[in-house]
Amino acid sequence: MSDASQATPALETKALCKSFGALSVASTIDFSLARGARQALIGPNGAGKTSFINLVTGVLAPSDGRILLEGADITSLSQAQRVKRGIARTFQITALFRGLTVLENVTLAVSERMGMAGDLHRPAGSRRAIVDEGYALLASLGLEADALRPVRELAYGRQRLVEIVVALGLAPKVLLLDEPAAGVPSGESGIIVDTIERLPADIALLIIEHDMHLVFRLAKRITVLVQGAILVEGTPAEIAADQRVRQVYLGERAPA
Amino acid sequence: MTEIAAHDAPQGTVGIFSRRHRLRWTEALPWVIALASYFAFPNYLALGSQILATILYGLSLDLVLGYAGIVTLGHAAFFGTGAYAAGLLAAHGYGEPFLGLVVAAISAGIVGCLTGAIILRTSGLTLLMQTLMVAAMLHEAANKANSITGGADGLQGMEVKPVFGLFRFDLYGKTAYLYCLGVLFIGWIIVRRIVYSPFGRSLTGIRENEARMHAIGTPVFRRRLTAYSISAALAGVSGALIAQTTQFVAVDAYGFERSGNILIMLLLGGIGRLYGAFIGVPLYMIAQDQFAEIDPVYWYFWIGLLLVLVVLFARGGALGTLERLKARWSKR
Repeated sequence: MSDASQATPALETKALCKSFGALSVASTIDFSLARGARQALIGPNGAGKTSFINLVTGVLAPSDGRILLEGADITSLSQAQRVKRGIARTFQITALFRGLTVLENVTLAVSERMGMAGDLHRPAGSRRAIVDEGYALLASLGLEADALRPVRELAYGRQRLVEIVVALGLAPKVLLLDEPAAGVPSGESGIIVDTIERLPADIALLIIEHDMHLVFRLAKRITVLVQGAILVEGTPAEIAADQRVRQVYLGERAPA
Repeated sequence: MTEIAAHDAPQGTVGIFSRRHRLRWTEALPWVIALASYFAFPNYLALGSQILATILYGLSLDLVLGYAGIVTLGHAAFFGTGAYAAGLLAAHGYGEPFLGLVVAAISAGIVGCLTGAIILRTSGLTLLMQTLMVAAMLHEAANKANSITGGADGLQGMEVKPVFGLFRFDLYGKTAYLYCLGVLFIGWIIVRRIVYSPFGRSLTGIRENEARMHAIGTPVFRRRLTAYSISAALAGVSGALIAQTTQFVAVDAYGFERSGNILIMLLLGGIGRLYGAFIGVPLYMIAQDQFAEIDPVYWYFWIGLLLVLVVLFARGGALGTLERLKARWSKR
């Protein structure tokens, strides 16, 4: 690996814009996520955080601007093609296959990544490589005991972990975590923080979160988004000290 | 890599996971019953072969509705295409039954692929209406093309050759019954294989949560289109079976009742369970036959009443009710 390729960020957006009529959810966002980053994206409600994820993953098509993954332009690629290139996400509202078992939720992702999910002949579950990898992922997050239980029977906190495991099954380079602790009782969110902390170091993480404890514990850099534009970016200490951030995000008035 | 190797799935888990597709003894039941009925009800073989062919039609609908979650009111588009394909071949001197089935499957599959490529881009009510329109358009086309299809009077002069060149379609329907049974068996093997394949599981995934399937990199549209085309081909074979065994096709093969009734039959049996059609179709068709005999004027009322009762008291159809009873039993 040369220095030049190391210097290319995992994910970049250049002058990314998206508007619905008069409403602008992203206005000229220049964003960069380093390889192996632990970065958070914060901002008040309606700041455009989830829209940003939708733009990066291809759910929404940008009005203008470019998206680069490890230097390659992926702006025109479909959602599925971007996943194949290494962008995975989790959902703010748990989006799992509720009637299927935990192991099956993961193996769906693994077999899709391996390009075997279109197979019409061999019975599902007969490929050891896929089952073993799915199981290993579950075990790495302490979910192996639930492997054969349907997702809908799991406590919500455990479902949030499955949400992460499914994304890991795609072996992503960039993982976008959309409020990973949303809806989890504060007593259980510690497990989610621990899990995220232990994720492989080579995955670039972008965490969108409202829970400031979680953000300050996990993130090494923080980007603040306000009304579809980046207000400021910096280390947690810098962000905590920033008057503008306090003003818009915490609702405090700046000293006169 | 060593870390992953240390976490190889335990044999028990793998076993349960990879053995789901193995045959259970209960899965032999439909075939035992079908064969026994051949000997037990020699006077009902004509009805029996209609039932067997319609089960295949229900099976094809279950693939798109129960597994891929595509709600359709236009499956007759494929049933009718298959029926006309086999009918026209037999009316023009190509009465080889298996040739008829193959051509029916191919032509219905093509219709499914072409129309699916357009309408599967939509979803919900829009999609439902479009499936309805496709069948309605084909119905009208068959009606207008009087010189080819015979229109409302039906296609005349079908001559279906003996099966394997040996077994003539007889008056008692013996050949027809066994022919339909054999074809249904092959159709069942195909659908069962698909349902338990990774492709089938990904269809279930699309039904359970389409947004997440996009997010794990599934080409959702292509998967759906493949399932729709396969289902269309099977529905075409079913149409061909009925055309060949009754030696007749009319425009009602494309009719709305063809699309609607099969939906009702499948709901009666239970959708997304592979065997819904095996229960719902015989139940409906035998009830229809019996009610029509007892009460020739108002028999449709009794069918309606049966449906209301199923919706009120037996959600998920016969198989759904059976599952609930089993679950309650095992809790004790």
